Amino acid sequence: MGLLSKKDAKLITDPLADNNPITIQVLGICSALAITAELKASIVMSLAVLFVLAMGNVVISLMRNIIPPKIRIIVQLIVVAALVIIVDLVLKAYAYELSKTLSVFVGLIITNCIIMGRFEAFALANGPWRSFLDGIGNALGYGIILIIVGFFRELLGSGTLLGFKVLGDSIEKTGVYAYGYENNGFMLLAPMALITLGIIIWVQRSRNEALIEDN
Amino acid sequence: MGLKEKLHNIKEKGKGKKWLSAYSAFHTFVYTPNETTHSGGHIRGADDLKRTMTNVIIPLIPILIFGMFNAGFQHNAAINGFPEGMSFFSGNFWNLDNLYIGAVKLIPLILVSYVVGLGIEVFFATINKHEVEEGYFVTGMLVPLIIPIDTPLWMLAVAIVFGVVIGKEVFGGTGMNILNPALTIRAFLFFAYPTWMSGDKVWVAGANALKGTPDAISGETILGGLAQGKDLVYSTWDMFYGFIPGSVGETSTLLILLGAFYLLFTKIASWRIMLSSAIGAIVMGLIFNGVVNAGWITEGSKFYDLMNTPYWEHLIIGGFAFGVVFMATDPVTASQTNRGKWIYGFLIGFISIMIRVFNPAYPEGVMLAILLMNVFSPTIDHYVIQGNIKRRLKRLKVQKITIKNYG
Repeated sequence: MGLLSKKDAKLITDPLADNNPITIQVLGICSALAITAELKASIVMSLAVLFVLAMGNVVISLMRNIIPPKIRIIVQLIVVAALVIIVDLVLKAYAYELSKTLSVFVGLIITNCIIMGRFEAFALANGPWRSFLDGIGNALGYGIILIIVGFFRELLGSGTLLGFKVLGDSIEKTGVYAYGYENNGFMLLAPMALITLGIIIWVQRSRNEALIEDN
Repeated sequence: MGLKEKLHNIKEKGKGKKWLSAYSAFHTFVYTPNETTHSGGHIRGADDLKRTMTNVIIPLIPILIFGMFNAGFQHNAAINGFPEGMSFFSGNFWNLDNLYIGAVKLIPLILVSYVVGLGIEVFFATINKHEVEEGYFVTGMLVPLIIPIDTPLWMLAVAIVFGVVIGKEVFGGTGMNILNPALTIRAFLFFAYPTWMSGDKVWVAGANALKGTPDAISGETILGGLAQGKDLVYSTWDMFYGFIPGSVGETSTLLILLGAFYLLFTKIASWRIMLSSAIGAIVMGLIFNGVVNAGWITEGSKFYDLMNTPYWEHLIIGGFAFGVVFMATDPVTASQTNRGKWIYGFLIGFISIMIRVFNPAYPEGVMLAILLMNVFSPTIDHYVIQGNIKRRLKRLKVQKITIKNYG
């Protein structure tokens, strides 16, 4: 990457795989389980977190020298809350149906551990540009897992992708349904999201044994 | 050099090779291995894993054969009407026509179950470089017995891949699993493809193929019928002998009881779990009967029919008997301590009748009850053991004081 120095590029690439916030740090699990039944919802959720985390990291990083340490959690919460409200209102204005699917989970971005975690661990100690990159990287790491889980859950659970009937019509019995295939209703339930996530973690750790922690 | 010796020698040559575990799995299945231990003194038990597993399969065979006859019998009964005055040796049941219809449906299910399941076992044994365990032999036999006869083969295959990988291999294979693998497979089918696992179109062979045609047939399980407030058409003896629709192997309480005696005689299964499960179910059934008798629930209530079912009838309908005898007693997933077994079994019986009555969407409560208690059995054991330790420490303290006083 010519644009970024090697150290800066690592801020983006690290959270994508070897330090992924979901599969390695096991943060932000609730939303990963709750909204991944559809691919579209996963993508929108990822974008919302991308916006909140990148902007929040910059804001906190700019204020890092004037925030009194004793009340820093409250300040962080106010910053996240303000950003989340912006996202929520934008969604309600331009994608009302989707905001109903995501329902309370947009609001719950405030409690997403990844965001507070990055503020505490990174933005409070680094400059705005590096914090911005770190926010982007972690949000992409979060998003990529959400999208993988959402892809499999929607494809196997409903037979669609982004609402398109890629496997044929399950009621009219076209496509693969003509051969007796049926949608797997279990994929739409939360336990299968957890199991899908577990399988991703399993695959990732078996490919890179350095990630396996000792008991 | 005889054939037997040659086959043994192949193992020596293949040491460290990838295919060895697959080869030795088949080899030990056919022949007794010639390996002996080299050091120390050993007491050899005859009941190794292979014999234990075989001993569970033996009582399943009559049930399997009965299941084939019953599949054909239900098919014909749905078309021609249920014959009057059935006795256990009735010719209406034991005829070749019934056997043929059942065998054509059931044998592919058994084949898929073993081919897919053992394939995964061999695959994992190969990449983990350990020997293939015998654990799947029982699971592979149980699975076709606890599903509806009309289950599509590919669904069974998907469920087995899920059940064996997620239910067993991720925990470390045979003997390390938390949940009963056969029930994990059934639970997966139940939640993934509910239209194929409940309702009135799946329990009778061929009902799904004839759906929507003038020859359409249907058959509801007794529990499914009761949940919808229908009247029973089967006599108590029909239910006990097993001439009723249901999963392949669960219907005949008589044969399951014989199997239970066999398992108890060979000391494979725990009588504590079986007895306490029956007690748990009876207690819950009596409570429900009492609620009905006391008039706390009106006849219009959707629970009325199931609550009004006599407590003893719960033991012979649905999969309760099969689940308790063959799956709750699975030594890997059940509680290990004696007192723990009483608690574990009692709660299985108690909860399965509760689920049956209160949740008509899940008529087969025993599956969910056993899986739930599988999860809790280590906790039960933990508290039983801690209780023992505490009691003994107290006894020790009392003794010390006595010794001080008198010594």
